[in-house]
Amino acid sequence: MSDVADRVKKIVVEHLGVEEDKVTENASFIDDLGADSLDTVELVMAFEEEFGCEIPDDAAEKILTVKDAIDFIEKADS
Amino acid sequence: MFDLAGKTALVTGATGGIGGEIAKVLAEAGAKVALSGTRQERLEAVAAEIGGNAVVVPANLSDKESVDGLIKNAEEALGGQLDILVNNAGITRDQLAMRLKDEDWQAVLDVNLTSAFKLARNSLRGMMKRRHGRIINITSIVGVTGNPGQTNYAAAKAGMIGWSKSLAQEVAARGITVNCVAPGFITTAMTEELGDAQKEKLLGGIPAGRMGDSKEIAAAVLYLASDEAAYVTGQTLHVNGGMAMI
Repeated sequence: MSDVADRVKKIVVEHLGVEEDKVTENASFIDDLGADSLDTVELVMAFEEEFGCEIPDDAAEKILTVKDAIDFIEKADS
Repeated sequence: MFDLAGKTALVTGATGGIGGEIAKVLAEAGAKVALSGTRQERLEAVAAEIGGNAVVVPANLSDKESVDGLIKNAEEALGGQLDILVNNAGITRDQLAMRLKDEDWQAVLDVNLTSAFKLARNSLRGMMKRRHGRIINITSIVGVTGNPGQTNYAAAKAGMIGWSKSLAQEVAARGITVNCVAPGFITTAMTEELGDAQKEKLLGGIPAGRMGDSKEIAAAVLYLASDEAAYVTGQTLHVNGGMAMI
């Protein structure tokens, strides 16, 4: 697993207070991890901070699963 | 009670009678206060009166760029993220509806409604992260009761109450409260200009039999800004001597 994936999952676990093994790559923040819409906004803020990148609103709206977040950040990084 | 030591605040319209008093009271309670307004000299004078706990951040809220940059500028000047936002700035362009020009409708909505909302939105990021924030909007009795000649002003002030309630619901679980204070008739430079006959007529409608003082508005703001008011959100606190009981 990539370093980005580890860090993303750690943020999700901390922020949503869910068990680590529930945070699979295909887990949806809202449907599987119990996030509300404001939680997803906060997650994006946390990702921006952790990775020092800016996630524009239109991209943020498409980040629905753990994998979406990892993919976006890896792409932004490269 | 009502200790704001270590907190930061931004007060818009701090050049006015009510805004200046709010800034003073928050600073007296220990907050570091950023004063915003269009008249730099007047801002400096208010800041000098307050002393070390005040910084000046001039802004013209009818200018889009000025609005968009204000929270960032205030946080830089305060040396930290904002804890308390007081949307106090407001303008009037009174006219009977039949004669009200489009630009006078729009100007009042832009400054009193839209800019206040944008400042609230732009200050949320830091507040969400710290799980603490206070947004206090100075609306008006007119936003609830209406007033001839003030369709634009009443619309903006009623709109402010509406978005405050929506935003309050969005961020309540993050320790952020959003409330309004609605002054009735308060002694300021503006109301000083009224003639004796006008004043007498006005006072007839106020059970308390007198105009309010800016200090009485500032006290309401101080309460809503305090930790003690953590369980009060989405409310409008009317400070009007009983003029309207709603």
